[in-house]
Amino acid sequence: MPVLARKLEAAGLSTVLVTMMPYWAEKVGVPRSLAVEFPFGHSLGEPGNVEQQMRVIRQALDVLETAQNPGAIIHSDERWPHPTDQAIKAWQPEEPSPIIASLAPTFKEMLRNRREIRE
Amino acid sequence: MTVDSFKFLPRLIATFYRMTKRDPQMPIPWTPLDHLLSECTFGLVTSAGLYVRASDRAFDVERERQRPTWGDPSLRVIPSDIESGAVGASHLHFNTTDVVSDFNIQIPIHRFLTLVEEERIGGLAASNYSFMGYQGFPPDTTEWEERYGPEVAEAFINEGVNCVLLTPA
Repeated sequence: MPVLARKLEAAGLSTVLVTMMPYWAEKVGVPRSLAVEFPFGHSLGEPGNVEQQMRVIRQALDVLETAQNPGAIIHSDERWPHPTDQAIKAWQPEEPSPIIASLAPTFKEMLRNRREIRE
Repeated sequence: MTVDSFKFLPRLIATFYRMTKRDPQMPIPWTPLDHLLSECTFGLVTSAGLYVRASDRAFDVERERQRPTWGDPSLRVIPSDIESGAVGASHLHFNTTDVVSDFNIQIPIHRFLTLVEEERIGGLAASNYSFMGYQGFPPDTTEWEERYGPEVAEAFINEGVNCVLLTPA
């Protein structure tokens, strides 16, 4: 999505990206971002929570109106209203994605080897 | 408050992101806002893998299951007269239960229609767009950048859109 924001902006549209990963928006170089600390798949909030969704959207519109320079990232104060450990489990798919299922053993082994070398 | 990008990420995926080296390609594109928002028409773009159940096909998750390093780069149109319950989600990387019950959490069509009624914004495009955010490993966004991104830009401009809200899932 950050690359699409750049593409649309370059085509003459003014864009704002609502992101749960400002870390990545900064690395790619997004014109304007509102960062929200919500779990993946819930950019604007909880299903049916119209007030929460509208608050986030209004904040995104504020960013669009007030950002002065490309690369602006404004951090929302919105907090996810559920315990973090529950939210971490709830947003993930029931089955690991195919790439995670195929790579996780290799990646875990690599991390184990790095820890062993450091020790 | 500074948003923690890694708060809800499992440790393995967080580690992958922290290890990935990337610097922004400069300059960052910039189109200044030259109208009041109350005069602007908005378009909405998400990567939540959404599609109109009655008339469109899902993203190709079966092919992704066969080739885990590939992700479907195509797009789907989500019209602004869509009704609740009419949108499906095909995405293997997050639990789609909530977005299927309320697509506004990723493509806020009904919320933006309210903003039009309030005259906070000028209008909403007739057609909005969904992509599917997993673009392979390592990620390959070539088709987004060379084909589908320009297609969406042209479609929005033809509809008189000035501003776009993007919501990666």
